[in-house]
Amino acid sequence: MSTILSINNLTKVYSSNFKALNNINLQIHRGEIFALLGPNGAGKTTLINIICGIVNPTEGEVLVDGYNIIKDFRKTRSLIGLVPQELVAEAFETVWHTVNFSRGLFGKATDHAYIEKVIKQLSLWDKKDNKMMTLSGGMKRRVMIAKALSHKPKVLFLDEPTAGVDVSLRQDMWKQVRDLQKSGVTIILTTHYIEEAEEMADRIGVINKGEIIVTESKNELMKKLGRKQLILDLRSSLSSIPASLSKWALELNNDKLIYTYDTAKEEFCIPELLASIASAGITFKDIHTKQSSLEEIFIKLVKTS
Amino acid sequence: MNFYSIKAIYNFEMARWWRTVAQSILSPVISTTLYFVVFGSAIGSRITEIDGISYGSFIVPGLVMLAVLTESISNASFGIYFPRFTGNIYELLSAPISYIEILLGYVGAATTKSIILGIMILTTAGFFVPLEIRHPIVMLFFLILTSLTFCMFGFIIGIWADGFEKLQIIPALIITPLTFLGGSFYTINMLPVFWQKVSLFNPVVYLISGFRWSFYEKADVSLKLSLIVIFVFLLACIVLIRWIFKTGYRLKS
Ligand SMILES: Nc1ncnc2c1ncn2[C@@H]1O[C@H](COP(=O)(O)OP(=O)(O)O)[C@@H](O)[C@H]1O
Ligand SMILES: [Mg+2]
Repeated sequence: MSTILSINNLTKVYSSNFKALNNINLQIHRGEIFALLGPNGAGKTTLINIICGIVNPTEGEVLVDGYNIIKDFRKTRSLIGLVPQELVAEAFETVWHTVNFSRGLFGKATDHAYIEKVIKQLSLWDKKDNKMMTLSGGMKRRVMIAKALSHKPKVLFLDEPTAGVDVSLRQDMWKQVRDLQKSGVTIILTTHYIEEAEEMADRIGVINKGEIIVTESKNELMKKLGRKQLILDLRSSLSSIPASLSKWALELNNDKLIYTYDTAKEEFCIPELLASIASAGITFKDIHTKQSSLEEIFIKLVKTS
Repeated sequence: MNFYSIKAIYNFEMARWWRTVAQSILSPVISTTLYFVVFGSAIGSRITEIDGISYGSFIVPGLVMLAVLTESISNASFGIYFPRFTGNIYELLSAPISYIEILLGYVGAATTKSIILGIMILTTAGFFVPLEIRHPIVMLFFLILTSLTFCMFGFIIGIWADGFEKLQIIPALIITPLTFLGGSFYTINMLPVFWQKVSLFNPVVYLISGFRWSFYEKADVSLKLSLIVIFVFLLACIVLIRWIFKTGYRLKS
């Protein structure tokens, strides 16, 4: 797997002496969707803005496709498309003009056919002659995506792409992002909606207080940090847990016996537990397991960091 | 050099201007017309010739400068301030362009507008008084150089300003008084000696004097001095802009 974005020992101290990023190391694989997950103020926007050239890094190095963002800024910036967190727009410009302008600004010759394709893909074609100020928030966001794609970037940053977008429209946007990935674009999105990361990402990085706490493939992360619960529906309720089962941290909840365990550590204990329960004379009618969501994992991670 | 980027910024700025062209051109042209009606005809007919030039003709170069200075500053400062205000500056900063290219796009467009405006006002003046330009090349040179210099100055103000009030404060508080006191409507030697001396500290005096010389070969100060003063001011603007870009002042945190 080749690396398209390499962030090494990156630190940012704002002029207010606030350390927004602390020694960040992160590698992004070519062609993946990477979700940067973290609470407000964690430093997500700061990280993206440094890579895109909007904020100056204090220390460290960032390489995009092997090129340094400072020394080879022309090269790296033409590889990158950015959809910023804030919806900003030249109110009096039309959709068509503003997207074509972006292409020119990024140093590319006019290509109306390509811009038409991008605008159509984002279902904006019937709005192309509308002024930006007449568009809804969701449409403006899509125009900003079109602007970011106007110069055919290899890497696309989406900073909180669905903030303020209707739930019904989120699905559309997710699909569009997946289509982009299929066309070969590497996508890095930030979000504080867990469901977004869970739905979209191949890999997830969790950032908190300017530090990356964990970087892991989504499935790996759920497996490693996910808590699983084994729930037994008992045939008859127990008044207390038998002493023979005391080595297991079991919970009794009416006629349910609950065992919570870390998938990483205790994978092989289940048969032993079930055998002990049987020999204690407890019978059950049903058995099922529940895995914690990314949300629970996230809260756990952020709390302990 | 990234010519597509410069062209994109330039065209964008020109298109913005074109949308409000009535306002951008018409209002200075109307106010110039009013100056001619009031000073050229009504009052001017009672003023004797200055340096052998009718008063109406005498004020033409000063009026052109007045409009060009004010419009250069307001146009160039607004051009760069607006994306900072809306947040659209992100796109400029993340584009694969150098600061020089940003400057060329914005200041180039603003300078073009100022030159067009200057020529429009000259043309308007031609309807009221006979125009006589003895040194058209020098005249154009002064017009272009002044437009360029003050557009750079406007660009600096647009980066420095952190609110719309500040955007207007410099033109209103400094440039307009300096222009009025810079000999648009009189020659410096009509003033008492003390005020003549004070006027020599006003850089606009040198601009108007040089510009007027290209029309009538009459000047308050020597042509050479006029040119030196503009170049010094231009140089100061370049140095300041270099510093702004180097430090990312008010552009990058
Ligand atoms: N220009 C700035 N000057 C000083 N502090 C800033 C600036 N921009 C952001 N910060 C601070 O840096 C921290 C991280 O901000 P940000 O990167 O926007 O977080 P996120 O995008 O994860 O919500 C916040 O505490 C924020 O207040
Ligand atoms: Mg943010």
